This record gives sequence, structure tokens and C-alpha cells, in this order.
Amino acid sequence: MSVQKRKKAQVEQNLCVACGCCAKVCPINAINVYKGLYAAVDANKCVGCGKCAKECPASVIIIKEAAL
Amino acid sequence: MNKKAKKWYDYLWIVSLTYLILGFFNILFAWLGLLCFFIPLIISVAFGNKGYCNRYCGRGQLFGLLGGRFGLSRKKDIPKWMKSKWFRFGFLIFFFIMFFQMLWNTWLVFSGARDLNQVTTLLWTFKVPWHWAYHGTILHPAVAQFAFGFYSIMLTSTILGLITMVIFKPRSWCVYCPMGTMTQLICKAKSAIDDQRNNKQTEDLYESFEKQDGI
Ligand code: SF4
Ligand code: SF4
Ligand code: SF4
Repeated sequence: MSVQKRKKAQVEQNLCVACGCCAKVCPINAINVYKGLYAAVDANKCVGCGKCAKECPASVIIIKEAAL
Repeated sequence: MNKKAKKWYDYLWIVSLTYLILGFFNILFAWLGLLCFFIPLIISVAFGNKGYCNRYCGRGQLFGLLGGRFGLSRKKDIPKWMKSKWFRFGFLIFFFIMFFQMLWNTWLVFSGARDLNQVTTLLWTFKVPWHWAYHGTILHPAVAQFAFGFYSIMLTSTILGLITMVIFKPRSWCVYCPMGTMTQLICKAKSAIDDQRNNKQTEDLYESFEKQDGI
């Protein structure tokens, strides 16, 4: 495998309110709230399904292609 | 794998709904609402996380359910200014002022300077007669005054939450919820203190290495 691009969730962390709605809907627990500060994505797990982005009340998650 | 297994705490919205309904029958139940103030604060202070928001908050779940499953939300993005820090902190401060005003009213009744006012104030403006939910108390009337004031806050925030649920995403309330902002602030403070302590430890460790090396 050379450089491969996959869709991943990315959180704009300084606007995240740490409500955890994203973590509630992620089917594979790839996103979690870190120490009550902001949501962090486990890029190895995330499959880029976009569920979290849809749910996020602050709309601070974007699904973006990221080089692996 | 689409649906996650439901846990007991995924049903806490029933508690929140029951709370709101009980206030229509006996205002004194409003006191129970203090739990939604103290539990989140205790969790964030003791554990440094937002476990309350992330798991147990029934109010958030209620909005999620009504706006999601029941489709009572347009599911549009919340405007930028509503998620800005100044709006969130501003709302928190505003909320605090209202909270202290409520305590002040309670004090006035307690000290006898004012009689018990059996109304619920919605959106800090509209006074709704609520005497039908008051059947007297064996305690001081101030206990009831607090209940009326506190229930006003709870109902007002529910109404605001419902409005933003309809206009924006189901749990838009969570963006500017004072408890959410407050617990996040506490977590930030705690984590900053932790970082400082860790840095100090690392520094101390290096210092001890340097001493060992005789520098
Ligand atoms: S995009 Fe899908 S898999 Fe990735 S964190 Fe969001 S919900 Fe989970
Ligand atoms: S849903 Fe959005 S605001 Fe809430 S924790 Fe996740 S990324 Fe942050
Ligand atoms: S932000 Fe407020 S309403 Fe939302 S989950 Fe946290 S405490 Fe509940």
C-alpha cells in the first residue's frame, strides 16, 4: 500500500463543546470526549461514515480525506 | 452494528420528563432539579470529565429524542455566533445573574420582606399563575418561593432548548447550556493544573538527573 486517502472525521477542537453526542452515535467508538475538553477521533478506527458530523449540535466535525 | 446496545442511563430522559411534569402538580418537586446542578459539577470536579453530559443528562437525551426520532428538528447548522465563546460565556453569566436573583427573591420571602409569589416566570419575562401547583408547605414559604423560582429556570431553559431544537439541530441547547459550559470550564482548569504538575514533575526529574550526573 502506497499513500492512500481515506475519509476521516476531523473535529474543530476549539469550538467543540464536549457534549459527547458524536461518541453516542459512532458505531465503532472511534470518537470520544477527551477529559471533558473536546472530542478526539481515533483515525485508525474511524471509517468516515459521517454519523458523528450529522449529530454534532455545534456542527464542528468535518469528514475529510486524510492521507494514511 | 448500527445500533449500539442501550444502557440504563440512556433512559434518563424519562426522569427529566417526569420532573417537568411533576412541577405542574406540586411545585415543591422543583427542588429535585438541584440534582442536575450538583451532579454535573461534582462529576467534573471529582473526575475531570463531562460524564454527566456524555452519559447521564436526561435533558440532552430528551432533545435528542424529540428532535431526532420524532423529527421535530430542521437539523440545520447552528449559526456561528451561537457557538462562539463570548456567547456561551455570556449566556452562562446571564444565567448566573438570574440564578442569584432567584436566590434573592427567596431571601426576601424568608426575611418576611415580601409575600410568597405563586407564579412561574417564563423566559425571564412572562409571569404565569402557578398557584394550582401549590398546596402549602409545612416549612417556611421561602421553601416554596425557591421552588417557584427554580422551576421557572428549568422550564425556561427547556423552552429555549425546544426552540433551538426545532430551528437548528436536536441538541442545539447543549452548545450554550450553562451546565455544559461550566463543566467544560472546570475540566479545562483541571487539565491545565494537571499539565502544570506534570511539567513540574518532568522538570524535577531532569533536575535530579542533572544532580546525579553532577552537572
Ligand atoms: S465518521 Fe463515523 S466512524 Fe468516524 S468517528 Fe464519525 S461516526 Fe465514528
Ligand atoms: S458532538 Fe460535536 S460538540 Fe459535541 S463533543 Fe462531539 S464534536 Fe464536540
Ligand atoms: S450540555 Fe447541558 S443539556 Fe447538554 S448534555 Fe450537558 S448538561 Fe445536558
